[in-house]
This record gives sequence, structure tokens and C-alpha cells, in this order.
Amino acid sequence: MTADELRAALDRSAVDWVDEAVRQITADPGAIARLFPRAARACGRAPIGHGWTADEAARALLLAALPADRVATEADRLYRYGDANEKRAVLRALPLLPVGDAGVPLLHDAIRTNDTRLVGAALGSYAAHLDAATWRQAVLKCVFMGLPLSTVDQLDERADEELRVMLAGLAEERAAAGRPMAADATGLLNRLAGTALRKEA
Amino acid sequence: MRIFDPHIHMTSRTTDDYERMAAAGVRALVEPAFWLGQPRTSVASFTDYFDSLIGWEPFRAGQFGIRHHATMALNPKEANDPRCAGVLDVLPRYLEKDGVVAVGEIGYDSMTPEEDHAFAAQLALAIEYELPALVHTPHRDKARGTERTIKVVAESGIEPGRVVVDHLNEVTVAAVKDSGSWAGFSIYPDTKMSPPRMVEILKQFGTDRVLVNSAADWGKSDPLLTRETADLMLASGFSEDDVDLVFWRNPVAFYGQSGKLDLDENEPGALFEGNSILRGGS
Repeated sequence: MTADELRAALDRSAVDWVDEAVRQITADPGAIARLFPRAARACGRAPIGHGWTADEAARALLLAALPADRVATEADRLYRYGDANEKRAVLRALPLLPVGDAGVPLLHDAIRTNDTRLVGAALGSYAAHLDAATWRQAVLKCVFMGLPLSTVDQLDERADEELRVMLAGLAEERAAAGRPMAADATGLLNRLAGTALRKEA
Repeated sequence: MRIFDPHIHMTSRTTDDYERMAAAGVRALVEPAFWLGQPRTSVASFTDYFDSLIGWEPFRAGQFGIRHHATMALNPKEANDPRCAGVLDVLPRYLEKDGVVAVGEIGYDSMTPEEDHAFAAQLALAIEYELPALVHTPHRDKARGTERTIKVVAESGIEPGRVVVDHLNEVTVAAVKDSGSWAGFSIYPDTKMSPPRMVEILKQFGTDRVLVNSAADWGKSDPLLTRETADLMLASGFSEDDVDLVFWRNPVAFYGQSGKLDLDENEPGALFEGNSILRGGS
């Protein structure tokens, strides 16, 4: 969702709070440090569609209000000192912000955690900035953690032979242990195996 | 039976404990920031710990349907190490967090000038950030430490009803009740307070403005002693409503003063886009 779409999805009182917070941030970018953690109390945490919640949308709009030369630094600090929901909001906002690839270290941090909310949020469209090896490991981690692969942006476009080998290895271990692999992961493995066969033929 | 443990250090417990607590009726808890067994030597190790109290630990608790909140502070023990004094400067960021429902544990360990400073400064933060305060009383020289605690609380200007003075016993309970603050009791297998003694205190002082916790920290402790105390209350003639007051409505009323207690909504981590997260790294 774009910033305009996120704003349109918020209810009236949340929009009022966001507009006032944006005014404060425009006047003093440092004000975001105190406003960002308050967003959930002010705007609630209700789902607003497309996998977003009201607090995440509000936080994304606060970040988008920062001056371009401050946004990467502030996003980094808000993530560093954020609780899990604030961290998730920063990760989800990254594709909307003019930060180039400066947010990549945040994705690395999120993928290192074992918190499914953070790992999932790291694999949205901003994950296009991740190198192939990191991205494959993160996809495999989703399978390990039981996260649905629908969380992963550009899954079939980026999935490659190397990921097929890794998934096949996991499938073999799971079969040996008598434990099932998630259906979406098996589906991806079958699609990749089909591609490999077609290339051979 | 629904139980809210108002003071339990889950960082020192395993997931088995979460499972047993949930089965015993624990649905919510508050984890106060305290020490970690091994003394810390830098502000950074505190911030990593604080991050865990608003990140990983609520995630872990959510897997068992338990709502996790925290209190934040520089504890009295480590307030004596000058290398940790900078913790007071980073605290305000954490006091803004949704899951942080009080300033604590603050108070006295050895009653040093450094502890005086950290205690007063953090009571002032509680007032500024409109949060209640969780005050630890010392294990050594407890009676005089508790008296001094009550004086410092009164001098700070915080409303006494927004303060719980914890780890009380037969000797220290009356003065705290008289001061208008809440009386906290930590039930341990061998030390501070036992279930039978707790039930006697409840008979004598009543169930109003009392918080009973299991603390469950790095020493010999048991996270199910809240349930054991509740069962003993029932066996001793207290009603189910009395038990619900002590083990649910009282903690909700005390921490509810933060305006941030969040018990109605499902923990967002419990389900992720409809999928269970119980596996978490198999």
C-alpha cells in the first residue's frame, strides 16, 4: 500500500492524530522518537486490510513525514529502540521511504531473530535489496518457523536452483524424521523441480 | 481460576514453566526489570535486556496465551556500579513503550547514597511519565529499609496509591498499608513468604490493596506458588471472589493506572496471519 492508501484506510480519529503528529515532526524531526511508540495507543491496533494494522500504518506515515536526509538515521534508531511492534512497523515502512539500501542492516537484524512477526516483515518488497544467499536462508527459515510462504514477496520470481537444493535437503531430513514439511514449501519445491526438469529436457 | 502474576522474572524460566503456568490459570503477568544473576558492566547490556522485555519475552509468553507486560528501571543493586549509571539516561525511551506498565524495580538494596539518587530520580520519572512504581525492599536490614522506603516515597510527591512496596512480611506489612501504598508479597519455597503465612496475613490485613506474586527469579523459586497460595486461600475459607480479587482484579487495578494494560486484545504474536507460531525454529 502507498502512504496515501494507508492514510485513507485509517479511521477519522487516527487520521487526526497522525496529521497532528506529522505537523510536529515537520517542525521538529526529533519529535518522532516520542510520537512513534505512542501510535498504537492513539490509533489502535485493528487490521485495516492488505495485512496492515492501524498502528503500523500510522507509524509508516510518521516515518514518511521525515525529511529525506534524516529518514534513514531515524528509522535505524526507532528500530534499535523499538519494541517488537515498532520494529515490525519500521520494516514494513521501508519500501515507502527514500532510503535506498540503507535499511538492509535492519532486515539482517530481523532475520536473525526467532520472532515470526519480524522475520515475516523482513520479507516484503524491500527484501529485493537482500543478496541471494541471505534471501534464500530467510525463505528456508520461514519454512522452519512455520510461516506461510505467501509472506515472501517475489517468491517464485527469485526462487532458484540453489533454493531448490536447500528445500530438497530439508524435505529429505523431514521425511527421515517422519515429520511433514508444510504444503506451501512442498509446492514450491515441486515447482522448482519442474523448472529444473524442463531445463534438462 | 484466572491468575495475573504481578511480579515474575520470566527471563530466568524455561518454556516448560510457561506451559505449566498457563495450565495453572496464569493468563497475564508483569516482568519487572531487575538484575540477571551476573552483574552487568555496561549500559548496552541493560538495553539488550530491556529490548528482550518488550520483544522476545512477550513473544514467548504469547505462544502460551499469556499476556506479558514489563516494568523498567535501573535496579538498586546495580545502581551502585558507576558503569551502569547511564541507564537512567536511556530509561525514558523505554517508559514510552506500550508494554511498560510501571517504573521498577526501584528502591534499596544496601541503602547507599547511589541508591538514594537512583531511587529518587526514578520516582520522579514515574511522576513525569504517569506510571505507577514498583518498589523493592531490601533483604538485609528490611524493617529499617522499609521505613526509609516509605519516607522517600512520601517525599517524592508520587501518590501513594500508585506505588506497590514489595517483598513484605509480617514485620513490614502494617507500615506500608498505613502509608496508603499497595502491599506486595513474593511467595518463595523457603524464604521471603510462604503460602500458609500469606493466607494468615490476608486474614489479618484483608484482601484490599494487596498484590501476591511468585517472583520466580534466579534463586530457588516456583512460578506456580501463586496458584498454590490461591488454592490454600480457598481451603482456608476465602471465597472464589476473594481469590479473584487478589489474583486478578487487584493487579489489573494497580497496573491499570498506567493506562497501558492490554488484556482484551489477542496478543498479535499468538497468531501470524492465521498460522500458529508454536514451532518457532524447529
